[in-house]
Amino acid sequence: MNGVPLAAYLGLGLFMFCVGIVGVIVRRNPIVIFMCVELMLNAANLTFLSFARYRIAESSRVTIEAERSVMAGQMMVIFVMAVAAAEVAVGLGIIMTIFRSRNNVDVDELNLLRG
Amino acid sequence: MDVAKWFLGLADFWQALIRAIIWVLFIFAPVPIFIWWERRLLSWMQDRIGPNRVGNITWSTRSKYVPGFLKGKKWKLFGLAQPVADGIKSFTKEDLAPSTSDKFVYFLAPALAVFPAFAIGAVIPWSAWRSLTPVANVDIGVLYILAISSLGVYGVVLAGYASNNKYSLMGGLRASAQLISYELSMGMSLGAIALGSGSLRPTDMLAAQEQPLYGVIPFLQNWYAFTPFGFVAMVVFFICMVAETNRAPFDLPEAESELVAGYNTEYSTKKWVMFMMGEYVNMFIFGSVIMTVFLGGYNLLPVNWDYLAHQNWPGAGICEFIARLQYWLGFGVFFIKGFAVITAYIWVRATLPRLRYDQLMSFGWRWLLPLATCNLIVVALWLVSTKLAGDKSNSGVIGIALGWAAVVIAMLVLYVIYRQIRKNQAGDGKLEPRQVTLVDPNAASTQGAG
Amino acid sequence: MNDIQITPELILFCGLAGIAALASLGVVLFQNAVRSALCLVLNFFVLAILYFTLNAQMLGITQIVVYTGAIMVLFLFVIMLLNLGSARLLEEKWDIKKPLGAVFGIALATLIGSQMLPGFLSRTHVNPLSDYGTPQALGRTIFTEYAVPFECISVLLLVGIVGSILLAKRKI
Repeated sequence: MNGVPLAAYLGLGLFMFCVGIVGVIVRRNPIVIFMCVELMLNAANLTFLSFARYRIAESSRVTIEAERSVMAGQMMVIFVMAVAAAEVAVGLGIIMTIFRSRNNVDVDELNLLRG
Repeated sequence: MDVAKWFLGLADFWQALIRAIIWVLFIFAPVPIFIWWERRLLSWMQDRIGPNRVGNITWSTRSKYVPGFLKGKKWKLFGLAQPVADGIKSFTKEDLAPSTSDKFVYFLAPALAVFPAFAIGAVIPWSAWRSLTPVANVDIGVLYILAISSLGVYGVVLAGYASNNKYSLMGGLRASAQLISYELSMGMSLGAIALGSGSLRPTDMLAAQEQPLYGVIPFLQNWYAFTPFGFVAMVVFFICMVAETNRAPFDLPEAESELVAGYNTEYSTKKWVMFMMGEYVNMFIFGSVIMTVFLGGYNLLPVNWDYLAHQNWPGAGICEFIARLQYWLGFGVFFIKGFAVITAYIWVRATLPRLRYDQLMSFGWRWLLPLATCNLIVVALWLVSTKLAGDKSNSGVIGIALGWAAVVIAMLVLYVIYRQIRKNQAGDGKLEPRQVTLVDPNAASTQGAG
Repeated sequence: MNDIQITPELILFCGLAGIAALASLGVVLFQNAVRSALCLVLNFFVLAILYFTLNAQMLGITQIVVYTGAIMVLFLFVIMLLNLGSARLLEEKWDIKKPLGAVFGIALATLIGSQMLPGFLSRTHVNPLSDYGTPQALGRTIFTEYAVPFECISVLLLVGIVGSILLAKRKI
């Protein structure tokens, strides 16, 4: 938007990303950990889009490179969304399989591979 | 007019706010009429009389305040005050909440069920006045409709969860699985129309529908329901629409005989009214979507009145008058058409039995989604071939004729496949003889008494 | 920071960003998994509105359809099916990880923020690409220049579908 500095969008993305990291470290419910990973992915999406949007204003002529770099931001976001969707489907399937076999979802207890 | 100039002189924000307020009022107003019409029409179709007592006035013969010509007269309201009575009852009943539920989610769920119903209509043009409708003429038009209708899942899921009741939870999860299954086919059928019209905006789709029929007949409009693949897409969209609004024959989640009342078992009075209102508004909104995208929106008949008015024939004056009438009363036509779709909903409810859950899911994923996807692919191929065929004047009509032939043949093939599948499932139909052993009554009585 | 004017857009952005930040904090702080999920839904919805303010309309609506309308519904399904909503099932005891995690997060945010944010305090003036975020522009790009990644993503989604069905079946 006009009047909003790019740093504001980046600051929000940074905040969401760090909250997501803290969530992955601190929480023990695997689904909530997964949700914090999604939060981090969305923070990255926001950063991509804000850079793509503010990139236009700095190049006053619309060249092929400018359009390509502008569209690259949106393309990246599309691909990140698709990858996140596939990852959620498979990841939740894994969590449900673990829950069926162990009846206990607590990532601190999933230590069978510990040597 | 002064009002128009004043309105256009406002800032964008105030214009949008006024448009949104007009739209919300426009949607709120017909809901009692829909409730009444559903109960009466469903009753007539089920060979009974619906509610027709509420509001009937019999003027007293002995009171001195009643004028002479009214004494003893009976005024019938045909049950039109029934929704008013329902509303009064629901607002004055005691409002319960289960004691061990998640209170915040319990109060949030009806709001989440109602909000998408109102928000979907922000992109639908309800008349030809482009400054007042649609509320937001965005580039992403019908995709917005899909997005907001996918938000309607939350109301159902959270209502089932917050009721702290195993059966409500099951009902809620089944309802949401049904909703997300039928959203896909809805998206595919809208995608076919978006391909055909080249844009996602409903206003562009309407403008494409106001063209001459098949490109050759100038005084009829080219509604997408008259094109072969648009017709298939419309049928798919109608089925998905009935499933999305949880109406019969897809109303297993809220069926009274199956799961008590499904996800809204624990909801009473005001919150239940919000669910019901959300359902009726959803019905109207989806009806208006199907009207806009497939059936010409606020045009009452598929006739180009403007074209007819400019020809030299005796009826030109009438056509001019009708064109003007349609411009100024477009919202009335929109309401009438929405009412017609509600009638279609009620008719389907009265006619078809409820689908079992596995039948519902198998129909949605194994029949409807492949049909909608094939339709989309064929529309894309058809568009490519008409582009390759060039600008010959007959190519449009030949393409349409071939398309109709292809659709009819495909429907016949599908029907033959369906019959074969049913025949395989039913076995060979012969009854096996039952082994019956007769009990000798004389032998049993001597043993039993001793 | 001396020449930042208070425009209506800035107020709108601050409101939306505040809601998004609070919702993301809610994801981490709520013990009840359903409330975490609902906070994340709110966060995604507000992010979609922020994408609209960034002129990326198609991506904003895709965010609502994909993230809010499908992924979070899937999360809520799994939480309710596994009955993980009640906090009693998973008591998050207080241990040293929590304040350490918070300190780490704050340190990371401060480190990155202090280096990067002051350099980007510029504004936009004009948008030369008139159809920047529209479906038409995205379609033009994704089907011409990015066609190969598009096909790879389709294969990836197909693999995801097959994998999740295999994981969900009780016996193959």
